[in-house]
Amino acid sequence: MSAPLAIRSTPIAQETAPRMPVVSVEGLKAYYRTDHFGVKRLVRAVDDVTFEVRRDEIYGLAGESGAGKTTLTKTLTGAVRPPLQIVGGTIAFSFLPGTQGLHCAPPPEVSRVRWRHLSYIMQGSMSVLNPVRRVRSSFEDFAFRHMELSRRGFDAAVRAHLARMQLEPNVLVAYPHELSGGMRQRISIALATICRPELIIADEPTTAVDVIVQKDVLAMIRSSQKEMGSSVLLVTHDMGVHAYLSDRLGIMHAGRLVEEGRSEEILARPRHPYTRHLISSLLRIGDDTPRRGLEGSPPNLADPPPGCRFHPRCPLAMDVCRREVPPFTVHGPDHRVACFAVTPEARP
Amino acid sequence: MSGALIELAHVSKTFTRGGLFAARRIEAVADVSFRVAAERPVILTITGESGSGKTTLARMILKIVEPSAGAIVFCGTDLKSIRDSAARLAFMRQVQPIFQNPFEVFNPLKHLDRYLYITTRRYGGAADMATVEHRSDEALRQVGLSLGEIKRRFPHELSGGQLQRVAIARALLAGPALIVADEPVSMVDASLRMSIANLFRSLRDELRISTIYITHDLTTAYYISDEIIIMQKGKIVERGAARTVLSAPQHPYSRQLKDAVLSPHALSRQPALPHDARSLPRLP
Repeated sequence: MSAPLAIRSTPIAQETAPRMPVVSVEGLKAYYRTDHFGVKRLVRAVDDVTFEVRRDEIYGLAGESGAGKTTLTKTLTGAVRPPLQIVGGTIAFSFLPGTQGLHCAPPPEVSRVRWRHLSYIMQGSMSVLNPVRRVRSSFEDFAFRHMELSRRGFDAAVRAHLARMQLEPNVLVAYPHELSGGMRQRISIALATICRPELIIADEPTTAVDVIVQKDVLAMIRSSQKEMGSSVLLVTHDMGVHAYLSDRLGIMHAGRLVEEGRSEEILARPRHPYTRHLISSLLRIGDDTPRRGLEGSPPNLADPPPGCRFHPRCPLAMDVCRREVPPFTVHGPDHRVACFAVTPEARP
Repeated sequence: MSGALIELAHVSKTFTRGGLFAARRIEAVADVSFRVAAERPVILTITGESGSGKTTLARMILKIVEPSAGAIVFCGTDLKSIRDSAARLAFMRQVQPIFQNPFEVFNPLKHLDRYLYITTRRYGGAADMATVEHRSDEALRQVGLSLGEIKRRFPHELSGGQLQRVAIARALLAGPALIVADEPVSMVDASLRMSIANLFRSLRDELRISTIYITHDLTTAYYISDEIIIMQKGKIVERGAARTVLSAPQHPYSRQLKDAVLSPHALSRQPALPHDARSLPRLP
């Protein structure tokens, strides 16, 4: 089991590709197109999003519900079904050269890559584990064909992996309903990491988990990521989770990325007015200052406001925000912001 | 005892699962007593991990579930003595619920304004449409909305935060003395969470409505509540003034709960500790 790790940590591999992206998304546009009884609707759920997830990092995506986070993970995993359509842009995976994303890769390539190179930790662990079969069967269903081992060898590998994850081997004979929510989520993390994938997408991994075990589950994601040197795309609206895990953060609002940077920097010095609001509304035990929530509601993506999509709620909105879409401008290393008020020189 | 808005005395609830011979008893709430004073409105938080009996307790206070033992007395009337529909209606006028998921509370095929109209007619006794609309609009304005925004709208047309505010406006129409809110902000985004939390504060300060706020989110509990009760496995392990308890929790379980809070302000990131293998379940 230690062979792939040894290859990855050779000095040559590190020198040639120090911070090569595992996935780079460029100008991605994913729209929902519906036509019910002649009423045509076009929901721009992900509109011109560009970012990359580097090797050996946890990249966090934050934003309120309806910001397009889930649509983005759907397109990355290739789960593109009508009415969702990819209108433009490319997704380049390091382990899938020559294609523009899983949605347009040939089916044999998809089944080669899925779970072996790209795995998924879902919100409800009950929907990952088969409810009528023991946990061991789920491991066989997901990982057996990727591991290229004999039955006995596979069994030993699963046990070794569980031991490394500090899970008891007797969970293998349990049915999912016999385990607690936190336990099931830990098993689904073990399931997602058994093939040592390059990229793990974690979509709200602790939302369905109890408060007490939340930190444990997050620590497990962190320690297995560190050990394998893989990358994690962490999608959640909970800024506390991001502060605990994410190395870099991308803030999404209404289908667009509005700010990106190192998480310490974003949490300490947010630049974009939306990010500022998101962070100033967070509470802390021992802090009594009154807070205000963000007024207004997220924009309707079937008919988004022109220009910057935050301008109807923005305290700094100017005339130019209503007409033009603000471009990204660089603010220090690894930090970019799309706002005319923050960078006046970006104005046309 | 006089002067109590609601008083619980040694309340327990046991659920029985299984057949006649292999029945398994689950004690969801065990010997819980507390009182909410009537003199001034308060926000009382009940917190604990899932399975600690918070929701069962809320359902007993709302008289959805009968306690197996003990008594719940609301404004001098024992909930057990409420039998006929008139007494029940009078009780419901005083105690109103707000539930966790606003998308499940409203029928997706009904216009939202109908809920407000029905509640006004039922509890407010208003007969003509003009009064009904006027009262609905008043209640909506108290939560920062207006009837114009809600009229002829379906639940899917509003965001979760707006729907939760409509649910609160509906509860206000009955003119309650006590609101029982079961995880009202857990389905709402962090930025909108604040506006709901502020709303409960203004209900207390301006309309003098007490709230029993059930949550597992200790940061909002600290922000809005006056008193707190921490429950573990159906029992109260710690109680007191919210600020004191949350700043310096005494019981080991309360400390564990406070440690589990992820703070985005802790910039010096905690090292990734090896997760605990002690909480493994026992398997058959």
